[in-house]
Amino acid sequence: MATIVFMDHDEGAFNPNSLGVLAKAASLGGEVTAFVGGSGIDDAWAGGLGAYGASRVLVADDAALAGLPQPLVDALEPHAREADTVLFGAGVVSADVAAGLAARVGSGINCETTDFTLGEGGVVAVRPALGDTVMVESTFASSPAIILGRANAFASEPTGSGTAPVERVAVTVQEWSSAARMAGREQAETGGVDITEADVLVAFGRGIGGPENIPVVEQLAKALGGEVAATRAVVDAGWTSYSMQVGQTGKTVSPKLYVACGISGAIQHKVGMANAGVIVAINKDVNAPIFEFADLGVVGDVLTVMPKLTEALAGR
Amino acid sequence: MNIAVCVKEVPSATSAKRLDPSTYRLDRSGDSELNPFDVHGLEEAIKLREAGHEVEEIVAVCMGRENAQRPLQKALALGADRVVLLTDPALAGSDISGTAYALATVLEKQNADLVILGQQASDADCYVMAAAVADHLRRPLVTQVASLSLEGGTLRAKRQTEHGYDVIEATLPAVISVSDAINTPRLPSIKAIMGAKKKPTDQVSAADAGIDPSRVGEGGAKSVVRSVSPPPAKQEGRRIEDTGGDSAGAIVEFLAERGVI
Repeated sequence: MATIVFMDHDEGAFNPNSLGVLAKAASLGGEVTAFVGGSGIDDAWAGGLGAYGASRVLVADDAALAGLPQPLVDALEPHAREADTVLFGAGVVSADVAAGLAARVGSGINCETTDFTLGEGGVVAVRPALGDTVMVESTFASSPAIILGRANAFASEPTGSGTAPVERVAVTVQEWSSAARMAGREQAETGGVDITEADVLVAFGRGIGGPENIPVVEQLAKALGGEVAATRAVVDAGWTSYSMQVGQTGKTVSPKLYVACGISGAIQHKVGMANAGVIVAINKDVNAPIFEFADLGVVGDVLTVMPKLTEALAGR
Repeated sequence: MNIAVCVKEVPSATSAKRLDPSTYRLDRSGDSELNPFDVHGLEEAIKLREAGHEVEEIVAVCMGRENAQRPLQKALALGADRVVLLTDPALAGSDISGTAYALATVLEKQNADLVILGQQASDADCYVMAAAVADHLRRPLVTQVASLSLEGGTLRAKRQTEHGYDVIEATLPAVISVSDAINTPRLPSIKAIMGAKKKPTDQVSAADAGIDPSRVGEGGAKSVVRSVSPPPAKQEGRRIEDTGGDSAGAIVEFLAERGVI
């Protein structure tokens, strides 16, 4: 039973979702190989994955492996072909590598996986589907089986303190994989309010209409003694800054109160805030997925409800 | 240049979503619509044409049911010049891998310099199709593109990661998936809706496309659903219908009741 876990990393830090999947795989018993691809990888750092249960670490070190998915598929492919299972934690690059690998080796892939088993009984992956209204259990008719976890589904706690032996492996990059290149990077801005520390968050999505309405959100946040947060869509659209973003590629928050204003509640957002104590959603679309997991759902015009709510809070 | 936009027919937002208990496939008998995420792909293709790039053809490529025609009319009304509908009973029950292979096989014949996909399908909630298609086509890939520009034979794309934004350049021909924040799709005009009826739809079977039947459909699926069960029970939330802001008092009461204000 050969299991490989692909380790996404950036700036010397492993993606917690990759660590979580590694720890989960190791907890099921058997040998687990961690695969680390990148440029200028430190062996001691990679070997530290022993603390999360890796029994050995494969390091593919090549300048072509810095941040883009396709060269990582090339580097991983020969090892994946010898494995029974290749596991990925949630992540932008991880998802691309998992899907590219599935196509390359002709394997089945399970996405948004929240639980899995390995070993004698075969590989079984569980994912919530259809807006998390149903749990789907799948097996695989291919080897390797490829599993891509859901964000924050697996806890990334170290399981021991051991270091794992590191083996450096050769890399052959395909021609088309070199046809994309990293041209620049905008780091997430630091400083300002840390939304992960706030007890109350008032978050907005595209449903508020436009950036000109952000002050209405700010006033509500102020009335509730909270901070403002946002969805990926409004950050991508340039309405507000990345540091305010909640969700899969943003922050994971668990405030006592989360007020979602004009947010549909896509899974990428849900995984970042589902653990909030009380969730209130205001949305005009009665079919918005957020109503499925909100404690209080208000079906109405968010630009009307927000100022009235601010007013009502002030009058207490 | 030619642009191919992959589009999918999905159950409409208002129809109840369920898996058929005997086949474990999505019940597609209700109302359907064009996957809203794909509309952003079509819009981006039209914007490239409007920006002065010589876009000879925008073709919408769909794998789906024969009666996917209605959502495909919308793709034509939104600005696609032509539709290719890959439809075949043999494709029903295809998993992600089979679908990616089938789509790539059809795309190979379209001579597209740029293949655009939406970031995900609203019925499956996976965001992996573009990467799988790119590997089959052996083309460079950029997923979740939030802004796009073209210069000469190179595309420049900005996309969000867990660390901020990456700017990636890729040489055409290439495959991208677009974020739903890349643009605000326009609504088709009455003229465009009428004009769509005159645009061609090529319907192709798996055999027409040269698809190996052993790699698609239920028989070719590498991911096999074993069982389906309800999720862990959770407490049903409360619901209020608001009119003119009249829910404010009830919201405050609820917050006080839960001890969060």
